[in-house]
Amino acid sequence: MAAAARFLIRGANSKLSISGIGTGAQSSFGVTLLKLSPSCNSRTKTQRRHASHFTFQPDPVPTQYGPTQKMNLFQSVTSALDNTLASDPTAVIFGEDVAFGGVFRCTVGLRDKYGKDRVFNTPLCEQGIVGFGIGVAVAGATAIAEIQFADYIYPAFDQIVNEAAKYRYRSGNLFDCGNLTIRAPWGCVGHGSLYHSQSPEAFFAHCPGIKVVIPRSPVQAKGLLLSCIADQNPCIFFEPKILYRAAVEQVPVEAYTVPLSQAEILQEGSDVTLVAWGTQIHVMREVANMAQEKLGVSCELIDLQTILPWDVETVCKSVVKTGRLLISHEAPVTGGFAAEISSTVQEECFLNLEAPISRVCGYDTPFPHIFEPFYIPDKWKCFDAIKRMINY
Amino acid sequence: MAAVRSMNKMYGVCFHAARQTAGLKASRLLQHRAFRVGAVRQQQPFDSTLEKPQFPGASAEFVDHLEFIQPNVISGIPVYRVMDRQGNIINPSQDPQLSKETVLNFYQKMTMLNTMDRILYESQRQGRISFYMTNYGEEGTHIGSAAALDPSDIVFGQYREAGVLMYRGFPLDLFMAQCYANADDLGKGRQMPVHYGSKDLNFVTISSPLATQIPQAAGAAYAVKRENMNRAVICYFGEGAASEGDAHAGFNFSATLECPLIFFCRNNGYAISTPTNEQYRGDGIAARGPGYGMMSIRVDGNDVFAVYNATKEARRRAVAENQPFLIEAMTYRIGHHSTSDDSSAYRSVDEVNYWDKQDHPISRLRHYMTARSWWSEDDERTWRKQSRKMVMEAFERAEKRLKPNPELMFTDVYQEVTPLLSKQRDSMWKHVQQYKEHYPLDLYDK
Repeated sequence: MAAAARFLIRGANSKLSISGIGTGAQSSFGVTLLKLSPSCNSRTKTQRRHASHFTFQPDPVPTQYGPTQKMNLFQSVTSALDNTLASDPTAVIFGEDVAFGGVFRCTVGLRDKYGKDRVFNTPLCEQGIVGFGIGVAVAGATAIAEIQFADYIYPAFDQIVNEAAKYRYRSGNLFDCGNLTIRAPWGCVGHGSLYHSQSPEAFFAHCPGIKVVIPRSPVQAKGLLLSCIADQNPCIFFEPKILYRAAVEQVPVEAYTVPLSQAEILQEGSDVTLVAWGTQIHVMREVANMAQEKLGVSCELIDLQTILPWDVETVCKSVVKTGRLLISHEAPVTGGFAAEISSTVQEECFLNLEAPISRVCGYDTPFPHIFEPFYIPDKWKCFDAIKRMINY
Repeated sequence: MAAVRSMNKMYGVCFHAARQTAGLKASRLLQHRAFRVGAVRQQQPFDSTLEKPQFPGASAEFVDHLEFIQPNVISGIPVYRVMDRQGNIINPSQDPQLSKETVLNFYQKMTMLNTMDRILYESQRQGRISFYMTNYGEEGTHIGSAAALDPSDIVFGQYREAGVLMYRGFPLDLFMAQCYANADDLGKGRQMPVHYGSKDLNFVTISSPLATQIPQAAGAAYAVKRENMNRAVICYFGEGAASEGDAHAGFNFSATLECPLIFFCRNNGYAISTPTNEQYRGDGIAARGPGYGMMSIRVDGNDVFAVYNATKEARRRAVAENQPFLIEAMTYRIGHHSTSDDSSAYRSVDEVNYWDKQDHPISRLRHYMTARSWWSEDDERTWRKQSRKMVMEAFERAEKRLKPNPELMFTDVYQEVTPLLSKQRDSMWKHVQQYKEHYPLDLYDK
């Protein structure tokens, strides 16, 4: 948990110490200055870094997929990619900095193991990365494209929305890029600010023809990523970056898949349905416990997993049972994916609702730096929303 | 690296010397290339005793006087041609000496395209199809390049390359089916006219957004390189599309990732109404190639043999050396941009007539053929009648055919029909059944 808060430079390569980057004689100068300054000896209130807003909850060890190994989220991604490169000779992985292992270490060791022609860097150009990936897929090979941060996916928006999503439809199924998977680190990380914290799933949810998938944990990440790669439609796989190191589980070593478009009920309940995805699932787990302890309210927690096409049936079935729905995501509330869920649920379950559907989301501002603790939909905001729904 | 050096020199005065050295460097490159798959270029070991720059980013010399490189657009990259405007071979060594049968086929394909264009343009004017784009004046770029490729080479086009598809054997019925969006359309009626595609002929379906095909072609070429089955990829685009960011992305990726790819730019003078001097200030598209480390050439696009020769050699080397080639084919768009355009609003009739009468790929090839007594006035008359008849018959068949079943609105969004789409489809049919008198159901296949 604290590890997530300690996440530092883009790259997070623990071998690089800050003072040691080739500054020769000056390397100790900065350190000395800090030591001499009296105000730097003890951490004052303003300097304490805020602790993480959630505790990662590992799932029970899966037994049906063979032997498991302790892996964090980035290692589970590497494992999925390793399985893929081993079993599919056409598979290639590319993007900025993937050759040395990637800024989040998701591709460590793969270039050495599978060759420079299969794991390679591209120039710094997201529209090129996705366009190139589409072409690889159209030619029949498996393309796994990495966008370094979801915040930088927008130059590729045209290629994703106008090309990848529509390839099969517009060609009458003569051509398709189903072999394309795009991966990108996603979501808040404690200090990411405007351009290292975004959750852009809502932009893509509006685009028929692609699939959008977000895992909550290493076991889910590997299974969902392998499903995306196998799926014959272009998929975008967002990886919660705050979980890369913080989430550790026993993950099956062999390949396995977790089905797409099937929401998972993590805990059953009778009073309120909670829907979330990615990091926010762990916030909601705590919220469910708080609601039970402090309010005696029984929550049913659903991990949506696939944003598009989303599992309407599971969510609606749950709301029919509970009569109350709370949806929570970090992305700004207006036009966020909670709006789509809310709209569909009120259409399908209107008469079952005991209270208006609640959305606890980010504010309609860019993702701020120093104000992150106030911005994020934390457990207290969600708890309070449940309280209001129960008392409606 | 070598290309950067030669670019520096090209922008100076002595162009010929530059071309010679570039040629020598090209042959050295030939030895280097073999099958390089993204090999890391080794940096020179650092040696600060040498008075030579050690920067990783460029391998140049130091210079001690301040001088900006002047882009040379007055006398830029020359235009390669084989025939003069009258169809006479200039340098006999450049005549590809194709057989009579092959040359007649070139001519028949170009004229068939021209005939189909006239009829379909007219059919839009009469409200029979919704939209059309002609290829007038650019037939040479299509046929010359298509003939130089292998049938298994993948084609990524923009929208004005119907001749490539025609050369490969796409039947008139299927051209018409797509334009009429009838039940025979391979694209299932989903796109506007001229958005052709053919899996069998390795012609990737056209899309309207410009230049998006350029980085895609680089990716396809990379995959094809890994397959190692002697296939190349060609990517067509206009000089306007070359301004898009996707073009820059595609050029850069294909060069850094060493892709067997031919970039074929049809520089036809206009992007709708925008003339080239408002599209770029440099020396056209060919001059951008060296900036990416790419082999480049400019050719006379109205000279089918020049196009053929350049494409043939580019293809051979692209596959043998795993590097991209840029061909800028200079030509002229004789027709309007599309049926939604009236080009008299931005250019003179005289200008258009010059190209139509004095420098047309079809007439130049005809002169070549008549000079060898391969084609007579009688042949011309007979062929015109025959080709027109073929087009009209296909046209009449296409017009009578029903449109595809509206079920096809909901398929192929994903590989599978999702529950949500299934629900929407059922809802659509329920609605249409109830309000059927307001929907043109009899025009559609059951």
